[in-house]
Amino acid sequence: MGPAVQSVKQMASSVPDGALVGVPADYSGVPMAVTRELICCEVRDLNLFCLPLTTIQGDMMIGAGCVKSIEAAAVTLGEFGRAPQFTRAVGQGKIEMLDSTCPALHAQLQASEKSVPFMPLRGILGSDILSQRPDWKVIENPFSETGEPIVVLPATLLDVSIFHAPYADQNGNIWIGRRRELATLAHASKRVLVTVEEILDEDFFESEARAAGVLPAFYVDSIAEAQNGAWPCGLQDLYEPDSEELRYYAKVAKSEEGFSDYIRSRVFHQDEVA
Amino acid sequence: MDCHPQELLISVITEIIAGDHHVAVGAASPIPGCAALLAQLEAKHRMDVTILHSRRENRFTDGARELFDIASQGRIDTFFLGGVQIDGAANINLVRIGKKAETGRRFAGSFGSALMYFVVPKVILFREEHSPRTLVEKVDFISAPGTSPKNVYRPGGPYGLVTGRAVFLFDRKAGRFKLISLHPGQTLEKVIDATGFRFDYSTSVPQTPLPTPARLSLLRQTVAPKVYKFYPEFTKRLYPDIGAQLGDGS
Repeated sequence: MGPAVQSVKQMASSVPDGALVGVPADYSGVPMAVTRELICCEVRDLNLFCLPLTTIQGDMMIGAGCVKSIEAAAVTLGEFGRAPQFTRAVGQGKIEMLDSTCPALHAQLQASEKSVPFMPLRGILGSDILSQRPDWKVIENPFSETGEPIVVLPATLLDVSIFHAPYADQNGNIWIGRRRELATLAHASKRVLVTVEEILDEDFFESEARAAGVLPAFYVDSIAEAQNGAWPCGLQDLYEPDSEELRYYAKVAKSEEGFSDYIRSRVFHQDEVA
Repeated sequence: MDCHPQELLISVITEIIAGDHHVAVGAASPIPGCAALLAQLEAKHRMDVTILHSRRENRFTDGARELFDIASQGRIDTFFLGGVQIDGAANINLVRIGKKAETGRRFAGSFGSALMYFVVPKVILFREEHSPRTLVEKVDFISAPGTSPKNVYRPGGPYGLVTGRAVFLFDRKAGRFKLISLHPGQTLEKVIDATGFRFDYSTSVPQTPLPTPARLSLLRQTVAPKVYKFYPEFTKRLYPDIGAQLGDGS
């Protein structure tokens, strides 16, 4: 028996308040369909762990009151400007921001992949990122004869990872292609929830070429079909980001009223959106 | 041939990276992205270009961490960083203006800077806005420091700073910038007034060279259509007709 096949709504409602949730960057596989359902079912106090950044997904969840803390190397709408709800929430002290740097977020999950307690990383010394992260330590490299300092980062084990991918096969294997950071998320997570464009009636391990891009089913707890599940973010070479929609969001989400209208039309009445 | 100010910046960066072997471009960096592709087309030697923001110009197959892994190994020669503030000691700030989170103006975050600045030998700082607001005496938040104590592992660091007004090189030993050229229309006095930190200069600063007509046409005809695919907003602002030219009707 493979992973459970659920609806997007069922998947979203299985995420408990207060969970430490891993989410991918805009170039990877942003689970926007699930995000809309999470907002719909009013999940609260999530701690978002972004690998390594978030765009509209994080901004919408923050604006909708789902987020308690966010650990990321960046929260931004990219070419469409600053993330308005994030910017506002940080200013009002409504969320806790744990500033990080991209390789640190990867390394903390890699430590969990290997089940070692910490991972050393170059750089970071002398930054205010480090001075504001009491959970990060500086040790002396035990193999150095010159007393070289090095930063060590704690292993992070996520409660749940959620991402969107192109396909699953009949056994629940997920085709992620070369977006290997999605595998890192899954490896370092107690539960893994995946939406896919389509569940295909085949076995990815029949072909080595297919198998090379697969996250095996044994990491995956449940799968839901969600066509255009990353919209308005893009998905690999299946579809591009929807610039019009992202530009529209960047504009309206600057005001509380505009943001509420956006959530009303795109989340609570999403069936009416083409 | 008339040259747009952003085309001049692309050309300046192209010149700086001309001899490099693996040039990587991070998030939200369309001008360095154009320069990297232009330098690659002009290069007579093997030059690899990685543009993180693109699918085709990004050949990583081991996930988003691969950039940081190979940079740490020294396989990337050249990288670009910006900053909402950059100070005279080349410290960069990508987090906020203002000392405190509650009262400061928040920006996106530090991205990969806190590692890349330490391990990539030639980091080019790029900030188009050159004003006392962006180029400050001391940054409000250090995303990544310009220099480090001797016992810190640091093969990399700042090479120079390219702005909308001028080009500086950074002296890592002295920990200071030196002005090396002024863009057309700028004077030493204007640049001193617009810069919040002190820097070295000689009394006669040359003008930044303009791109040759051959470079400009390579940029417009070959690089722009490539960049349009992953930086559509930027490319449309610089070349408003590009959508129509490429026949996508936008």
